[in-house]
Amino acid sequence: MNIGLAYDVVRFEEKSLLQAINHLGHVSKPIHVVDKEFWINEANGFDADFIIQRCVSFSRALATTTIFERYGNIVVNNLDVLRNTADKLITTSMLAKRNIPTPATAIAFNKQTALSIARKMGFPVVVKPVSGSWGRNIARAFDEQSLLDILELRENMPNPQMKVHYVQEHVDKPERDIRAFYVWGEVPVAIYRVSKMWKTNTALGGRAQPCPVTDELRELVVKAGDALGGGVLGVDILESREKGLLVNEINGVVEFRNTVLVTGYDLPSKIVENTVKVVKR
Amino acid sequence: MVNLACPVCGSSVEVPSDSLPGELFECGDCGAQLEYFVDEKNAASLRVAEEVAEDWGQ
Ligand SMILES: Nc1ncnc2c1ncn2[C@@H]1O[C@H](COP(=O)(O)OP(=O)(O)OP(=O)(O)O)[C@@H](O)[C@H]1O
Ligand SMILES: [Zn+2]
Repeated sequence: MNIGLAYDVVRFEEKSLLQAINHLGHVSKPIHVVDKEFWINEANGFDADFIIQRCVSFSRALATTTIFERYGNIVVNNLDVLRNTADKLITTSMLAKRNIPTPATAIAFNKQTALSIARKMGFPVVVKPVSGSWGRNIARAFDEQSLLDILELRENMPNPQMKVHYVQEHVDKPERDIRAFYVWGEVPVAIYRVSKMWKTNTALGGRAQPCPVTDELRELVVKAGDALGGGVLGVDILESREKGLLVNEINGVVEFRNTVLVTGYDLPSKIVENTVKVVKR
Repeated sequence: MVNLACPVCGSSVEVPSDSLPGELFECGDCGAQLEYFVDEKNAASLRVAEEVAEDWGQ
């Protein structure tokens, strides 16, 4: 097959996916989107059996996925999945609709209602931007005064999205969370992200460790991935002492360098193989 | 390997000849983050890499 790979920055992920495409006997077509012209009314010539979307910039991923799909290309992940995973409010809503366990979450548009929500949830609470990554601008408040300080900072930010307060119960987790990979209905590998800091993102220094894929974990991740529309996803799970496994969020352009490093599992080949199978169907 | 000039300090930076556009390199002399770039005439050069933006991530 001819397999496109849309990207802006080349990381381990992009290189290893291109290598996997070639090793599996397919033809890789890297598309460095940053310097390309994308005409909307006429064909662009980015023809491939499917295109893997890998832009690290969400705006570029969204724009180029839209344009590729406009010409009938299959894009992994597709536009709906990309959009729904990029927005925590949409993700949480889609999960909740299917009764998939998530941390208790509520939305408020001003400080007083956010405070009222937090009182009902109980402190500490977590406040997040509805879109964002790598733990950016996510804050934890232990009491009413620090919550009000956080909300005030948010409301003074120029981005109007910051006036949508996504308030969540703080899950008392065991110095780690779980990143499990969903690849077209399968869960081939998972890692723990271990950290003394409450944000366990590997981008913020969390250490990756292999995590066994138990039946319980697999079942939850498959349900969550299916609920968001399938494809290739990173499903983040919090281990709550009272409530068990909770789906925290889902990533649509997933990073896996540390997973491959600590597990030795060839995830890039799995992504290419499973996608080829699905496209052939 | 090919040698390309650092656009910041001018010293020479060695990069693999099979580099991809968008691949990142660090200048050994000034520490600048650089990006491999190929123009319409297929000439390779290095330019200063983009900074991490608000919408970057996974
Ligand atoms: N409700 C919560 N309770 C406890 N810890 C949390 C909660 N929400 C987030 N965290 C911690 O903060 C980290 C960052 O949160 P989250 O994954 O929601 O943000 P993100 O910016 O989307 O990260 P990324 O997209 O890179 O995975 C999580 O990995 C987790 O360790
Ligand atoms: Zn230099």
